Parts: sequence; structure tokens; C-alpha cells
Amino acid sequence: MATEVRFKLNGNRMQMTVEDHWTLLHLLREELGLTGTKEGCGSGECGACTVVVDGLAVNSCLYLAVDVAGKDVLTIEGLAGKDGTLHPLQKSFVENGGIQCGFCTPGMILASKALLDENPRPSEAEIKHALAGNLCRCTGYVPIFASIQAVIDQGIEEVDVVVRQSESPSD
Amino acid sequence: MRKFAYLVPKTLDQAVSLHQSHGNRAMYVAGGTDVMVKVKSGKITPDYLISLKHALGSPQLRVNSDTGELHIGSLVTHRTLETSSTIKRHYPILHDAVQHIGSVQIRNVATIGGNLVNAVPSADGAIPLIALDAVAKVYAGTGERTVDLIHFFEGPGQTVLAPGEILTEIVVPKQPAPSAGAYQKYGRREAMELPLIGVGVQLSLEQGSNRCTKARIALGVAAPTPMRSLAAEHYLVGKEITEETLGEAGKLAADESRVRDSVRGLAWYRREMVEVFVKRMGMKCLERIKEMGA
Repeated sequence: MATEVRFKLNGNRMQMTVEDHWTLLHLLREELGLTGTKEGCGSGECGACTVVVDGLAVNSCLYLAVDVAGKDVLTIEGLAGKDGTLHPLQKSFVENGGIQCGFCTPGMILASKALLDENPRPSEAEIKHALAGNLCRCTGYVPIFASIQAVIDQGIEEVDVVVRQSESPSD
Repeated sequence: MRKFAYLVPKTLDQAVSLHQSHGNRAMYVAGGTDVMVKVKSGKITPDYLISLKHALGSPQLRVNSDTGELHIGSLVTHRTLETSSTIKRHYPILHDAVQHIGSVQIRNVATIGGNLVNAVPSADGAIPLIALDAVAKVYAGTGERTVDLIHFFEGPGQTVLAPGEILTEIVVPKQPAPSAGAYQKYGRREAMELPLIGVGVQLSLEQGSNRCTKARIALGVAAPTPMRSLAAEHYLVGKEITEETLGEAGKLAADESRVRDSVRGLAWYRREMVEVFVKRMGMKCLERIKEMGA
């Protein structure tokens, strides 16, 4: 069975027909070609597929695509500005070595963004608690936590999403 | 992934009738963090997933000011419980437990009702609610019935819910004052992990003293279903709560537990940890009651 859903994706209004059994991860990667969201374990353990739905970090591998109806979805593709200006979190991950192979990075950055939007001044313990569902096999986590800390230390009040104004497929 | 149809009934009656017409080819789903893992792995093969998201209405977490009862709608997420100041202040045993279930990503989606219905022996959500004497409200199509949560579980993955029945709400009765609770999920790491053992202690004291008026000691992974140690509870009532009496209660709880060997840990070790954590959580209850009074 298929269902018609309307939702927002990285600021763009979307209207499309999705199969009932599609996960949000499938919708993003296979149907829309947005391969920035990664599939790691596929069972909600690793956090590589993390996206933000209505301000909350979720595992897109377990989230049914039909359930995004009426919701606002943010993926890693929606973070940078249209001109390529990196989001402060992306910039900080680059500058502080929070990225090695890069596979966990989109999930790490989106989980961090959801955290900072909710709590702009988290303690180190709160950062670790918020990222406990994101596994990284390269960095040992220290540079990742440092990357987030650097954004907090810069005191950037506006960590909010820079909506990319690309052409909308729906209207 | 195997195909299924996703049905979103608007009312509980519609949900029940859909479940009846599709029989065992259908399955209820709420947050889906357990169901989807099982569907993806092929462990279950439903043709229909019936979402309860609309039928159960918007998730409610509220204290009834007349009765003092805490009402937790089935669809309330673990994250909502984790971040609720009411839960943190008045039901710390529940706050202790939910903050270590899965990850933020899981807790943002996974519901307390789903956690209970899933009925794994390690149900971290169930142990503190049992220690709080919670009651489950069940919609049966013909009406509503209530079940004490301690009697809700029949075995691993088995609850008293008949096919088609829906868990709608958890009600926690008003606790006698002063009281507090604490829960320890004990495992190898704090997140994304099933516990080796789960220990919840909820104590009520006499006003102005450390004499225990009511005790609840609930254990997870200590038996095929969540259990209470009645021996330890009976022992504590009427006694001064001290390290010594809590140590004795820990021994009684360890003896009463029906722990077993598994890949996560051996029975003898689990038994020792029950003893250790009953005492430790009991001391934490004392500390918390003092903080509340301060």
C-alpha cells in the first residue's frame, strides 16, 4: 500500500507518495538521493542515520516514512547555506578534527544540533548523554566532544538551521 | 524489507475492529522502535501494522490534583518522562530508569506503553512503575479493565493482554509522604544496553523519623518477568532504615530472586548485585527524602 504525504524537508515543502513499509532512511537515500544520511546498523543502535524531525533527533532507520506527514525533517544536506557556508557545528567538526572517516559525522552533527537547540549551554556530561546513541569507530570521541564544546564556547546564539532555498519539487 | 500495510485508525474501536478482522496477521504499533527492529530482522512478519498514534489521542502526562494520581498515557515517550520536571522531582525512581533506556534518538520515539507491552524481562520502564504500585488501564473493545502492573506480565514477551486489547494508560497512585525511590540499571555501559540486573527501591518513612512505613523492592532480569521481593519488603516495614537493615533486605531480595545464567552475566554475580544495589538504592531513597525535606 502507498500513502500520499506532505511534509517539510530541509525547508522545502514536499508532497509525495510513499510505500507503507518504507523507512524514512529509505525515502531519503533511495527515493530522494539524499545520501548524506548514512545507514550503519539499521536497527537503531549506532545513530549514523540520525535526522531531526520536529526538533527531535530520531533514528531514520526505524522511523516509518509515512509518519513524517505534517512534520519538519532536517537532514545534513539542510545545514549548510546555499552558498556552501558551513553551519557552525560543521565548521567546528572540520577545524577540531571531529571527523575522520566521516561515516558517523552526519548523525553526530544532527544529534548535536538537536541538543544545542534544546539546551544551548550543555555540560560535558549532558553532551555525552545526548550523544550516547551515536557510535564512532575512529576518533575516540574526544575531538567530537571538543568540536561541540568549541561551538558552545564561541557563544554563537544563532546555531539555528540555515534553510537552503533550493527549488521545491512540490510547488 | 518485507512489505506491510500501515493502518492508522482514528478511534480505539476502529483499531480493535481492524485487529479483529486481520487476526494474527496484524500487530499494533506505537513508536515502532521495537516492532521495526523485529520486522526488519524477519523475526515477525505482520501483513498489517495498526498504528495507535491517532486512536490514543495526544499523549498525556499529568497529575490529577484531586486524587494525587499520576496519569501516563501509553504514547508518552521515554524522552518526555526523562525531561519532565514533575517526574524528576516527585518520581525520581522513574527518572533514574528512563534516562538510560536506549539513546536520545530511541527515547524521542519509543513509548512507555510499547516498552511495557513488549514485556522483555529487562523492561527498565516496568520496574520503577511496579515499585510505585502502578496500574495498567486496558481497552478491550467491550469496555475498560484495570490490571495491577505487577500482574501484567506473564512471561518473556507475554502480557495479560488478549489479542486486540490495547494498553491505554498507566496510573500511579499518590505515594504516602515522605517517600522517595531510586533505580539502578546495572550493565556494561550506560546507553544502548540491556541491564545485567535492574533494581528499584521505593521507601516511605514516618514523618520526622527513619522508620519505614512502606517498602517496595522491584527487580528486573531477576526472573522471567519483573518481580517484587515481598520478603525484603515485609522485613523493612516498621524498621529504622539504616545500612544494616538495608543490607539484610538486600540479602532477602537476593535469596528470593530467580536469577539465571545468560550471555550477559552469571546467576551468582547477579544475585550478589541484587544485594549490593538494594542497599545502595535504599540509601539513595533516604538521601532523597532528606533533600525533599530540606
